Amino acid sequence: MTGLLAGSLAVGQTFEAVVVTDLKRTQIVQYAGASGDYNPLHTDEIYATKIAGYPSVFAHGMLTMGLTGQVIAGLVGAENLVRFGVRFTAQVWPGDTLTVRCAVVRAGDGDAEFSVSTVNGDGTEVMSGYAHARLAG
Amino acid sequence: MPEVAAGRFPVEAGHVLAFARSLGADDPSGGLPCSGDAAPPTFLIAGAQFDPEYPLRPRPGVPWHGSGGDAGLVTEGAGGLHAEQHFVYHRPVRVGDVLTGATRPGREWEKHGRSGRLRFREQITEFRDEAGELVVTARSVSVVRPERGSAL
Repeated sequence: MTGLLAGSLAVGQTFEAVVVTDLKRTQIVQYAGASGDYNPLHTDEIYATKIAGYPSVFAHGMLTMGLTGQVIAGLVGAENLVRFGVRFTAQVWPGDTLTVRCAVVRAGDGDAEFSVSTVNGDGTEVMSGYAHARLAG
Repeated sequence: MPEVAAGRFPVEAGHVLAFARSLGADDPSGGLPCSGDAAPPTFLIAGAQFDPEYPLRPRPGVPWHGSGGDAGLVTEGAGGLHAEQHFVYHRPVRVGDVLTGATRPGREWEKHGRSGRLRFREQITEFRDEAGELVVTARSVSVVRPERGSAL
């Protein structure tokens, strides 16, 4: 995996990627199976609507964090991550399209810090956070 | 709330492949990751698979709250929703690692939002390798609305 080079980054530089288009319920089920989190709020439309009172199932927050993490890993290399943290700010629903935006907030000699924001198709932020990675000079 | 599960967690190639695929990873080679390859950054959440009593997995003989013949059951104290997740990587998680997680409670606090009282609870899980070295520190924050039970 090719990583960014520390010397090539400038504060304010941004990277953007669409990580899912028209999120399918099946991908949520796929994530449930892989992660082991079978909470029926995410996978059981009858439970989510009739018992829990939601308009439909919704994605695990960790699916959004995972999708976002794949973008960060693609930029810096998963092996170079030092910290990655997020707050979940809105729910992600089937049909959503998610875009990840990473911005360089500090570019050091051998590392960099990024702000991370994942937004849905309406432009609503569903997750915000930070990442810190070691980078080769 | 998807607690970061404690206990023994072998980082297996097929599991890492399935997890990466669920995140839309394109693996045109179709091959398994190799021993020593770094796992996706959020992979440690999947340690739930190795927790024999993980509450968000149906188990034989244990009542499950999802729908079957009826629409399911309201549950109390299911832990609320996931508000925050933080990972500190002391070194990468690699295929072939056998990690052991130990969880301790962190801070608890309340906020009064537009929609009422929100109660936040923090949980910290430290993952160590077979040599006892710290690999990742995970911090989860869950949130519940006490007046509404577990569901937000």
